Amino acid sequence: MDDWEQFISNRKYYITEKMIMKENNVQEQLKEAGIDILKCMQCGMCSGSCPSGRHTSLNVRRLIRHAIRSQDVLEDEELWMCTTCYNCQERCPRCIDIVDAILKIRSIAAHKGIILPEHKQVIKLLLEYGHAVPIDEANMKKREELGLERFPETVHKDIEALNEVKKLLNVCKLADIIDQ
Amino acid sequence: MTPLTLFLGCVIPNRYPGIEMATKLCLAKLDIDCTDLPEASCCPAPGVFRSFDSPTWLAVAGRNLTLGEDMQRDILTICNGCFGSLADANHLLKENGELRISTNAYLSEIDRQFKGTIDVRHIAEFLYSDVGTEKIKEAVEKPLGLRVAVHYGCHLIKPSRDRGLGSFERPRFFDELVEATGSISIEHPDKMECCGAGGGMRSGLKERSLAMAEHKLSKIKEAGVDCIVNACPFCHMQLDAGQQEIEKVFGKDYNIPVLHYSQLLGLALGFPPDMLGIHMNVVQNRDFMEKLKLSIEDN
Repeated sequence: MDDWEQFISNRKYYITEKMIMKENNVQEQLKEAGIDILKCMQCGMCSGSCPSGRHTSLNVRRLIRHAIRSQDVLEDEELWMCTTCYNCQERCPRCIDIVDAILKIRSIAAHKGIILPEHKQVIKLLLEYGHAVPIDEANMKKREELGLERFPETVHKDIEALNEVKKLLNVCKLADIIDQ
Repeated sequence: MTPLTLFLGCVIPNRYPGIEMATKLCLAKLDIDCTDLPEASCCPAPGVFRSFDSPTWLAVAGRNLTLGEDMQRDILTICNGCFGSLADANHLLKENGELRISTNAYLSEIDRQFKGTIDVRHIAEFLYSDVGTEKIKEAVEKPLGLRVAVHYGCHLIKPSRDRGLGSFERPRFFDELVEATGSISIEHPDKMECCGAGGGMRSGLKERSLAMAEHKLSKIKEAGVDCIVNACPFCHMQLDAGQQEIEKVFGKDYNIPVLHYSQLLGLALGFPPDMLGIHMNVVQNRDFMEKLKLSIEDN
């Protein structure tokens, strides 16, 4: 069993095929978002244009077919190998918003608890600091050496603004994704 | 010229503050009206947060946009990720009534409302369209004569239907900006290819993300350049800090200096490398620093 299979099997909430069909039909959610992947004719322009596919197992053509055929696409590791460079979307002869579709499928997966631990960490940082990449001591020193203020002119320097961002994130229920 | 306010994002102020300093020095020297944007947060990063929860991504981006609206200034970004998030969010919220209503419902909880009164700019397209390469050439004090591998990064130009910056296959505007500093843009295979950092790849699948960067670096090395110039701190981090990581993972040492355009322009406008934080990059190439020193002395 490789790491990804292990990760999938360890998930806290196991979702049966039936439940996904009922609550999280990928096709229907894509349709709602105005993205029609059924237009795909499997020409392969996307996978031929994909820079990630040269170095990973990502095959966009196959991924789209997977999304058309089965809810299992939510557990497809390749979903997370897209850098969102948009080459496939730009060149698709059927004008399918492929990257937007991948982002949408990822978000359905994330809401089902299928999300990498490293990505949960990025969410935690935003929730705590209002920055996905917060300041650290070494960079405070670099800032001072350059003649900049120790903290940048962002939520890092303004606790009220940070609290406002935290309140907004709370209203949006972002933490639900990592609390699953 | 519409007044601007500078959106810092995360990576520039918190990992590469030299780029922040370089940008502020260049904007002041070119007499561009641009203030700080206090209270801003993460844009939030498009590849990750848009992947996890689109309504949250849109709400936080919407809040950042209202900060610019309050100041009645267009937002100037210096990062392709921030540009991608804020320009896309601004476009969606201006064009899509339903999304605007649902996002404003979230924003009303913090007493804010998206109005749709400003634009979002990226420093590269702003300098090209609103300042112009001729004016930049006039302001250059030290023509650099560097051989440069230009790296556009993806979200500066794509999705092209929303960006409106011309060809995504073979753009020229960033090359022209680099050439305005007296440098030469060196063509190389896979010049337009992604650095591999986006979409949560750098944070989630590091080794595979580095394999993409390594491919780019190998092509750039073959072309023979003095440095890489980018328009995005996340590409910058991937190509700069990534070189150290690539050495550990793949045992390959490239030692190619990496500059953000603000730093390249800063050099050409006469600022010393230390003021621009070039000495704070992970890659420290002695030959390159020597060359910069000589070019400063020659002028």
